[in-house]
Amino acid sequence: MKKLINNPEQVVRDMIDGMVLAHPDKLKNLPGTNVMIRAHAPVQGKVALVSGGGSGHEPSHAGYVGVGMLDAAVAGEVFTSPTPDQILEAIKAVDTGNGVLLIIKNYSGDLMNFEMAAELAEAEGIQVAKVVVNDDVAVENSTYTTGRRGIAGTVFVHKIAGALAEKGASLEEVEQVANKVIQHVRSMGVAFTPCTVPAAGKPSFEIGETEMEIGIGIHGEPGTHRTAMASADEIADILLSRILDDMKLSPGDQVAVMINGLGGTPLMELYILNKKVSQILKNKDISVYNTYVGEYMTAIEMAGCSITLLKLDDQLIELLEAPADTIAWKN
Amino acid sequence: MELVNAQIDKQKEYLTQLDQAIGDGDHGINMTRGFKEVIQKIHQTTYDDIGKLFQDVGMVLVSKVGGASGPLYGTAFIKAGQVLKGKPEITINELGQAFQESVNGIKLRGKSQIGDKTMLDVWEPVTKYIQQNGNTLNIRELISYAREQMEHTKELEAKKGRASFLGKRSIGHLDPGAVSSCILFETLCSILLEENLTKE
Repeated sequence: MKKLINNPEQVVRDMIDGMVLAHPDKLKNLPGTNVMIRAHAPVQGKVALVSGGGSGHEPSHAGYVGVGMLDAAVAGEVFTSPTPDQILEAIKAVDTGNGVLLIIKNYSGDLMNFEMAAELAEAEGIQVAKVVVNDDVAVENSTYTTGRRGIAGTVFVHKIAGALAEKGASLEEVEQVANKVIQHVRSMGVAFTPCTVPAAGKPSFEIGETEMEIGIGIHGEPGTHRTAMASADEIADILLSRILDDMKLSPGDQVAVMINGLGGTPLMELYILNKKVSQILKNKDISVYNTYVGEYMTAIEMAGCSITLLKLDDQLIELLEAPADTIAWKN
Repeated sequence: MELVNAQIDKQKEYLTQLDQAIGDGDHGINMTRGFKEVIQKIHQTTYDDIGKLFQDVGMVLVSKVGGASGPLYGTAFIKAGQVLKGKPEITINELGQAFQESVNGIKLRGKSQIGDKTMLDVWEPVTKYIQQNGNTLNIRELISYAREQMEHTKELEAKKGRASFLGKRSIGHLDPGAVSSCILFETLCSILLEENLTKE
């Protein structure tokens, strides 16, 4: 394992400290926790948004803390959900009496820890609402009650719910718009190489030089199936056709596109992928309102990518375009 | 608890390997971190109340393990602790009752049932086995029963947790949570055996 670290058990602590030192105008660390909050939190009169999850997905989640997006992000250990006590600290630090929305990705661990934290916060008299992001169509057809995973589409939930909260909407309204985004966002990913969790010290899985894993999650967990490596155009076809099958878009619909790198894919390749994605959408008469290409939700150094489509309407466009000022998203 | 910690630490890489096969590869790391903290915590106190001991273990696991294992193992210990509250020593029957509460807690927290390829596939049958056999419980037989239940998870298709995303590809792999649970029960059994031996 060759990594720019000091000690595998200290990576999250060291990352948080380094992040705050780089962006003191935007972020502060809640003392004694792995919670990052806005430099000027709590913001009076506003519904607060709290998200989080395992570390290793940078810039998620602290990268989206700031004006127009999140109020707090809770960093768990690498690929491990944060614990209820930490989430509770985040909730208490940003609540101003207007309520707190928890944005959770659909993984058993995240759900259980955030639910426990919500129960504890409610016991202290804090109004809490929860939304669960499940944009990954790769696992849609599994009959399991666990349902679809939450991956890069979560960033659109942060952006749009965050924008509405910034305008002074109520907790109920913010929760509703978050659920609207969740209904209209779909993603799917692919991996070419594994990643190494520092504390494990070796790659999470093995994959042949000429293979790819389709339907990968963002934790280096195996995908749904493995096939021979394909060209960028073919990969765009495979991923997008699954997404479009699920979304049932009509000609004339408008979407936002996110081409997300998983940590080990050069921007060059993401743009190559986007060329085919935009061609396919054009052929189907689906208009692309905005395209986001970059690293939004990564899996340490895993090579691979995900494609996310968000179906837009006037309200979602307005909120997508609303001002935001965070490390990883600025409007 | 120290034995559990030692066993979990010994099996850290094995648990992580199992989890790399069908999950995200952090089970051994997380469990080790949790039980290390448990040892630190219980060394600061002397316990004459087994319920309080279980409660403290549960709270530490909830706040230090993370993932799905933290809430599930934490809940299991906290629930058992509520049954054992105020007791300086316990019988096998009381242990059976306590574990029944743990099983109820695990089901509620994880929304899981038997056959989903989770830790519950060890916890529920082992608890029943303890209850059915009561004071005539043969510890060595309990150990092999727990191992059988753990081995059985290999044949199951995962319905809960990250392994469920693999669908049928999860068949043929042991469930990491079932394995760590089995380690827990085996360690408990080895302690019970030693106690029996000293009594004889």
